Amino acid sequence: MQTKAVVDRLKPLKSKGIWGILPVVLLAIVIVLIANFGTGIKTESVAPIEVLDIPKIILTDEGFAVHVFNSGPEEVTIAQVLVNDAFWNAEFNPSPTMSRFGETEIKIPYGWVEGDPYEIKLITSNGLLFSGEVPVAAKTPEPSAARFGQYALIGFYVGVVPVGLGLLWFPFLRRFSNRGIQAILALTVGLLFFLVVDTLQEGLELGAEAPGVFQGTGLVWFGALLSFLFLLAMDQASERKGARSGKHVAYKIAGGIGLHNLGEGLAIGAAFATGEAALGTFLVIGFTLHNITEGVGIASPLLKEQPTWRTFLNLALLAGAPAIAGTWAGGFVFNDTLAALFFGIGAGAILQVIYVIGAMILREAKKSASPSMSWLNFVSLTAGILLMYATAMLVN
Amino acid sequence: MMAHGYEPSDENTPGMEAAFKALTTFDYGKTSTRDGRTVREYKLVAMDTDVEIAKGITFPGWTFNGSIPGPTLRCTEGDILRIKFWNGSLHPHSIHFHGIHPTNMDGIEPVQPGSEFIYEFEAKPAGMHLYHCHIPPLSKHIHKGLYGNFIIDPVKPRKPARELNMVMNGYDLDLDGENEIYTVNGYAFAFQARPIEVKVGELVRVYLSNFTEFDLINSFHLHANLFHYYEVGADPDARPIYTDTVMQCQGQRGILEMVFPSPGKYMFHAHQSEFAELGWMGFFEAKG
Repeated sequence: MQTKAVVDRLKPLKSKGIWGILPVVLLAIVIVLIANFGTGIKTESVAPIEVLDIPKIILTDEGFAVHVFNSGPEEVTIAQVLVNDAFWNAEFNPSPTMSRFGETEIKIPYGWVEGDPYEIKLITSNGLLFSGEVPVAAKTPEPSAARFGQYALIGFYVGVVPVGLGLLWFPFLRRFSNRGIQAILALTVGLLFFLVVDTLQEGLELGAEAPGVFQGTGLVWFGALLSFLFLLAMDQASERKGARSGKHVAYKIAGGIGLHNLGEGLAIGAAFATGEAALGTFLVIGFTLHNITEGVGIASPLLKEQPTWRTFLNLALLAGAPAIAGTWAGGFVFNDTLAALFFGIGAGAILQVIYVIGAMILREAKKSASPSMSWLNFVSLTAGILLMYATAMLVN
Repeated sequence: MMAHGYEPSDENTPGMEAAFKALTTFDYGKTSTRDGRTVREYKLVAMDTDVEIAKGITFPGWTFNGSIPGPTLRCTEGDILRIKFWNGSLHPHSIHFHGIHPTNMDGIEPVQPGSEFIYEFEAKPAGMHLYHCHIPPLSKHIHKGLYGNFIIDPVKPRKPARELNMVMNGYDLDLDGENEIYTVNGYAFAFQARPIEVKVGELVRVYLSNFTEFDLINSFHLHANLFHYYEVGADPDARPIYTDTVMQCQGQRGILEMVFPSPGKYMFHAHQSEFAELGWMGFFEAKG
């Protein structure tokens, strides 16, 4: 081995460089050959491949404004537009023809009726159909200072207020014994475990709605894995420096929950933006109730420390305020693909927190020489899941 | 501000041209005489053709002579008909004529791609008939466009009139068993964008048939006027229905006769409002 390495080192640098480049050059040649001469199976597809996505339909006093995105491999031309099974006039901006990854806006003058459902079908020149739905017709809210403020207030109700109220349990929780604290931590794992499942599900649902070319569901998994590993790496790096405290963990929980609450904000904002005000209000009530339990989770790692009011305020803001940003994003610029990615990142963050709290329980159990999965801990964990399950029913 | 509704383009696209051609073109065949009787020879070729069915939308059709509907064949009762059928399509097809003829000329046997068959029979009875491919799966072969009108004039000619040929049909674009587009003579809104010009006071005769696949029935409704309707048109002396709306099952057909009393644009459309807004709508424009 050693002799070989020495021989290699003795060779002039130039010839070594060739071995680095040659495979790349050969690969390029193979790809060019395939691109030009085909795979040898069949050069042309039988049916035209056209994929259009309709990410957004805006309702104005004049009618519909439909945003269309060409996520297929080929240029697409929209030949006709139908609204609820009737041909309709349409104006294309900039053009009915979209190149790959091209976009266009279709203005359709239509006297829609508030509360009615609408289906807008686009027929391409090859006779392929793509449709977008307006489940409940209502004028799309226009961005305004007032609307901005209203959404912020909703986000505040849903995020900051319940998390803050949950944190108020802190003095009460402090009275618990060592075993009791372990149980609270187990309860937190239960709460968070429910949130991971919920966040992943929401993310996958949104990902499935996103244009296929962006692999929305894949983004959820990639986001989850990378955020989990990123936080783990950060953790291990700071561990080496010896900095590790309950406060640190509490901030991490708040951060993970913040990303989850961003998702809740998105859902609320999107509901209001698509005219489903009743659903939006329902979501606000449900999420608010649901989120009060999150405060308990955030407070649990702090039970052996002396946090200040300032810490609690910061924690409530970190976990709750993203709901405000989420409501803005959902209400004004909703995007399935990005939302799916956010949900994935959120899930990964929460998962990493579960990992950390799990380690905390193990450590505490070892210290007191009690079983880590005691019956009390098991019951607490179950209670955490059940609590979330029950409050989540209010939203669904 | 754009107009609310739909204003079709009157641009003379290939589809529009084909619809107008089908409206007034009758194929009388190549005539000769045999034993003192008139022999009419027609040529029909089945082919796979992309046709324009609404402005900018192409449909991968199966056609007789390149159009949907196929040519309107016309003859007089008692003529000997020879229909030379060449199958240039990739699938087996046939031509099944409505009327009275020997069963071996009934067109239920497939004619394979690249081969020819000659249908020969006497034209009877007089009336307004149809022809279409009769190869299974039937709905596929008909929906794809293999059909047309077949008119046998009575020996005693009908009153002189301005004659029009209309075939009602539909197109299912996403193959879900429902039509997305409805037309007369194969092109959506053809006669709305460019009304059919007629003269005030002249007799207008419409040969109307229904070839709409997937939907049970289709209909014809005329605005601001009424017409006489002769079911199948087999008996020119029969007492017609006097109405502004008729309904036809798939394969049903009849002759409409109307006179426009004063100048103006008279709308006509399917009285299924859904069909009307999906392409089956037009105008007669009566000029003084």
